[in-house]
Amino acid sequence: MKSGSATEHRGVTEANGFESDRLAPLEERARGADPSLVKDLLEKMLLIRRFEEKAAELYALGKIGGFCHLYIGQEAVAVGAISALGPDDYIFCSYREHGHALARGMDAGAVMAELAGKATGCSKGKGGSMHLFDTRIGFLGGHAIVGGHLPLAAGTAFAAKYQNQPRVTACFFGDAAVNIGAFHESFNLAQLWNLPVVYVCENNEFGMGTPIEKASSIDPLHERACGYGMAHTAVDGMDVLAVREVVGEAVERARRHNLPTFIEARTYRYMGHSMSDPAHGTYRTRAELDEHRRHDPIKRLTSALESIGALTPEAFEESDAQVRQVVEQAAAFAEESPDPASDDLHSDVYRD
Amino acid sequence: MPILTYLDAIRQGIWEEMERDPAVFLLGEDIGVYGGAFKVTAGMLEKFGAERVIDTPISESAIVGAAVGAALMGMRPVAEMQFMDFIACGFDQIANMAAKMRYRWGPAVPLVIRGPAGAGVHGGPFHSQSNEMWFVHTPGLKVTAPATAYDAKGLIKASIRDDNPVIFFEHKFLYRRIKEEVPADDYIVPLGKARVAREGDDIAVITYGAMVWTALEAAETLVKEGISLEVVDLRTLLPYDEDTVLTSARKCSKVILLHEDTRTGGMAGELAALIAEKAFEDLDGPVVRITSPDTPVPFSPPLEEFFLPNAKRLADAARKLAAY
Repeated sequence: MKSGSATEHRGVTEANGFESDRLAPLEERARGADPSLVKDLLEKMLLIRRFEEKAAELYALGKIGGFCHLYIGQEAVAVGAISALGPDDYIFCSYREHGHALARGMDAGAVMAELAGKATGCSKGKGGSMHLFDTRIGFLGGHAIVGGHLPLAAGTAFAAKYQNQPRVTACFFGDAAVNIGAFHESFNLAQLWNLPVVYVCENNEFGMGTPIEKASSIDPLHERACGYGMAHTAVDGMDVLAVREVVGEAVERARRHNLPTFIEARTYRYMGHSMSDPAHGTYRTRAELDEHRRHDPIKRLTSALESIGALTPEAFEESDAQVRQVVEQAAAFAEESPDPASDDLHSDVYRD
Repeated sequence: MPILTYLDAIRQGIWEEMERDPAVFLLGEDIGVYGGAFKVTAGMLEKFGAERVIDTPISESAIVGAAVGAALMGMRPVAEMQFMDFIACGFDQIANMAAKMRYRWGPAVPLVIRGPAGAGVHGGPFHSQSNEMWFVHTPGLKVTAPATAYDAKGLIKASIRDDNPVIFFEHKFLYRRIKEEVPADDYIVPLGKARVAREGDDIAVITYGAMVWTALEAAETLVKEGISLEVVDLRTLLPYDEDTVLTSARKCSKVILLHEDTRTGGMAGELAALIAEKAFEDLDGPVVRITSPDTPVPFSPPLEEFFLPNAKRLADAARKLAAY
């Protein structure tokens, strides 16, 4: 089951069964889907892609500082999964969460302003890139300790069940988080207490620079759930409709039966771990990166839609232009926004 | 003498100990192929091989616990925390296991846990903390926080040779900003010994880590105004050098305690108590603390600047105390 090269990795997992393997080809599923939904998914992925490109640009200009982890390449996971949630559901994320915030509908300006440390940022500039929150839409962070948020997700799922509210918690984390103790403790609790939580591992093959086969004793990672008797599956994380469908089933299981699910979404990050890490050279090759880019989630959906006549290049350009405008406005908002005032340092330490 | 950065000095110290003693080995997240998040261990894998430079999963509890187990067998592990904030994930293995091993059944625990702490690089609430006091309050551990490249090399070597668990706080703001002459030969800086970084007569400023440089900057400003600061660099926080602290306090009769860590429960409070107990009769003014406020470390660069003590704030306090 151990994976070797990137291509082999992809081949092996497909041979051993993505949940999405039982699904029809993307073109067929796209044909059967609600056109406005598919358009929305495409535009959300595009928004994330353009937002991240802009964030990289602002970082290079010194307008965003600190640590910044980009999501480019993985857009289908956040967009597909979050589209399967209801408006009252909860979301927890790791530190690579700009995409999830935007997919959930957070204001792009408030996110960009947070990256720039401005007072108008969603966390008032106190958190930065890794600490995005918007409780009004159930977006509960942005957690920059690997695996630290998995127990919290069990906690909100517990509370929803206890309070008899039909809320599901979705919890996103990277492949490296499966090795921290909090992962195991959370999985046991979620299954033991029958909690309505969907754990989504975004396996992008590297924990910073360490390939998954050097970090995990088992591959595929979703089999970790076996130790807890939890339902589990893998999904092609570069296929937004597949992610939506598989996560949708898990959300239903959680909502109807209070049962957790572990989903491993196979994906890939195009950029370095953070802005200080080159995209390739140290721990992966240019060729490997290029190979993965051939499966780009945005290109795949775009070509599928074009091949069934559901999208024209002109329509795509129009969507792209609209998204770019949203991103430009977000960047301008961030740039024009004031810094926090010095007194803000002392606010929000305690609740009065 | 070669000029080394603070970071290079740490690397050289570890390197020399690796060469000197085959029992020394490194483990941590992305320390091998990647060379560490800040590249402190760059080149180590190539030189010493994968058996002694071990890339681990993200599992701080297992990293520390395995290091403790290996130390019990006579090995000398040096475990890296990618950021000292993440050490919280390995806390039980440090505070309950490593720290109390000797007291419970007598073995040596020659273990070093090292990593970057401190603010000034816009890391936000989870990547900027000065969390040394979590460990200073744990008997059985030693805690050190070098300010200079010379001390960084000498202290990491002493820490690796020590038979007790040492928590080694590197200041990430200093990594590439401090450059100085560092001897290429083998030397150690003993644990538990402070140094007088600058001699003066009027006020003793007792500090450690990056704030040593802040104190030296303020001292340079104030000497032109006729106020002479003595700057004491603690170097080791547990056990700390009581004699040097008291000697400077008695000599100057006025004391400012300065640190980047937050105020309540900080090192300054401990030293203030010591000085009140043992040098009360020698004081000519109140003991003053300059610290960060009791808040998390904010991300926003201007807020972070406001959070951190600086030379101006220190100089203002020193002027007031000098006039007392």
